[in-house]
Amino acid sequence: MTLTPSLTGRTRTPRTARRSARPRRARGTWARRAPLLPALVFMIVVTQLPFVGTVAISFMRWNALDPDDRAFTGLRNYQEAVTDPESRSALLTTVTLTVTVVLVSLVLGLALALLLDRRFRGRGIVRTLLITPFLVVPVASALLWKHALYNATYGLINGSLTWLWSLFGSDDPPQPDWLSSLPLLSVEASLIWQWTPFMMLILLAGLQSRPLDAVEAARVDGASTWQVFRYLTFPHLRRYLELAALLGGIYVVQNFDAVFTLTGGGLDTANLPYAVYETFYQAHDYGQASAEGVLVVLCSLLVGSFALRTVSTLLREETR
Amino acid sequence: MAATLAPRTTAPRAPYGPGAAARRRRGALGLLAWLCGVVFFLPVAWMVLTSLHGESDAATNPPSLAAPLTLQGYREFFGASTGVSPWPPLINSLSASLLSTLLVLVLSIPAAYALSIKPVRKWTDVMFFFLSTKMLPAVAGLLPVYLIARDTGLLDNIALLVVLYTSMNLPIAVWMMRSFLAEVPVEILEAASIDGAGLPTVLARIVAPVVAPGIAATSLICFIFSWNELLFARVLTGVVAGTAPVFLTGFVTSQGLFLAKVCAAAVCVSLPVLVAGFAAQDKLVQGLSLGAVK
Repeated sequence: MTLTPSLTGRTRTPRTARRSARPRRARGTWARRAPLLPALVFMIVVTQLPFVGTVAISFMRWNALDPDDRAFTGLRNYQEAVTDPESRSALLTTVTLTVTVVLVSLVLGLALALLLDRRFRGRGIVRTLLITPFLVVPVASALLWKHALYNATYGLINGSLTWLWSLFGSDDPPQPDWLSSLPLLSVEASLIWQWTPFMMLILLAGLQSRPLDAVEAARVDGASTWQVFRYLTFPHLRRYLELAALLGGIYVVQNFDAVFTLTGGGLDTANLPYAVYETFYQAHDYGQASAEGVLVVLCSLLVGSFALRTVSTLLREETR
Repeated sequence: MAATLAPRTTAPRAPYGPGAAARRRRGALGLLAWLCGVVFFLPVAWMVLTSLHGESDAATNPPSLAAPLTLQGYREFFGASTGVSPWPPLINSLSASLLSTLLVLVLSIPAAYALSIKPVRKWTDVMFFFLSTKMLPAVAGLLPVYLIARDTGLLDNIALLVVLYTSMNLPIAVWMMRSFLAEVPVEILEAASIDGAGLPTVLARIVAPVVAPGIAATSLICFIFSWNELLFARVLTGVVAGTAPVFLTGFVTSQGLFLAKVCAAAVCVSLPVLVAGFAAQDKLVQGLSLGAVK
């Protein structure tokens, strides 16, 4: 689009005119770029430069408790971060947590979206009920799960168990301490509760954008519900599934609130963002915290490159 | 699987006939949907109910559903016994979220214009640069930001949070606004400029009506994400600029009962997001999918 006028200009105009055309063209491109620049410069300054700083600090020995002992140490911090059993377990926890939460919420979200895609009485109300978990502030929901639901002595889960058991005349109900016996699962459950509505909303929008005439034609031709889902709905839904999974993944990988509030990183539930926070906030080891931060980035780049590829197909389809 | 399922749905059932069977099945699925909705809503309902109970009624096993209702938890949230007012953190959160949303709009709308209506060359590359910054976890730049803020005296200052929240939301906003601006009919824009309409007229008459819902969706998402943020607020603020989520974490005490109080606080802090989200459910979907879903 930018090329066409200049190309035609070059073939027609004599040399003198071409010389004067060049600054005008340059001015044209800069006029196009100008509205973009503030946002671009802002992002580079606020996100890229600090990361460069992190990379630089990651090669240094620097503990805030001993600020004068600052020196270049090469890859020492990385060596420590990789060999440290706590960082390794944080890496494993991040992977398990993200994969479990994203997959389970995706499946639940799909089931709920399929349920909500049909007409029934009070559909709007049910949709509102279902998205509520996503609208509770994450820290608030983590506090709610920790104290009002999981608490071993007066939490709602154990309270309901007592009540259920007493219905059958038993006064010896199981009263597990959920957060200490199943710490990671407890964190995952609260996150799944929070992220299922997100998946459902995107998948429901996908379902509702599906061409209905094809579905009706298939129905008339005698296709079963399963066949309609397998050959029409699912292929259409695929990119929505990918989009939901990847966007959800980006947010869950970086989750801090739930781990921080529910378990305080204890009992092997510390994920990488929490580990970085702890090294920085409690151990004051700036060098090591930075090395861990760089590792987090490398991990999310793995997820991110897949995400970018998916989103790029979306973008290509749109521009076509 | 398809073969076994097909006869079941098409075969008439003797006493009811196919119509009745389908209607019953639809009714059952509707009931299931209601059940799921109630299950997902239950923790929130429990939070609200607990916030209205007295502390000793809130911490019983089995739960006392019919305990007398009281506003004591809310009075505690507003500092009845401690004298600590929740308004400074709430106002901090509100100003950080609103100001950063405003800044995001100011930066993202021109950028989206340069990525859709009069696109720069290689505009897709620019789009991916914006998105890739979202993949960069917040913790990765935390330390340099902290050190710079400490040395420039910006620690415990709302302005710092505004800048960081803007960087957190700007990529999403650029993507969303571009997808809305891409729907502005370019032929009409060209026709208008040939007819001598100036840029302000074009923006007000043609661009604004198409883009206004997009601005609403973008603002909603940016507001929610800024309001919810905890990590930066926790590390970079203290007593002066502490936000509502940070304030909320301080409600858990090691002694005594605090459940009703915490639930009341959680309800109050979540209320703005709940209201905004309920009021604009369709905008929420557009925003969450970066404008890919409309």
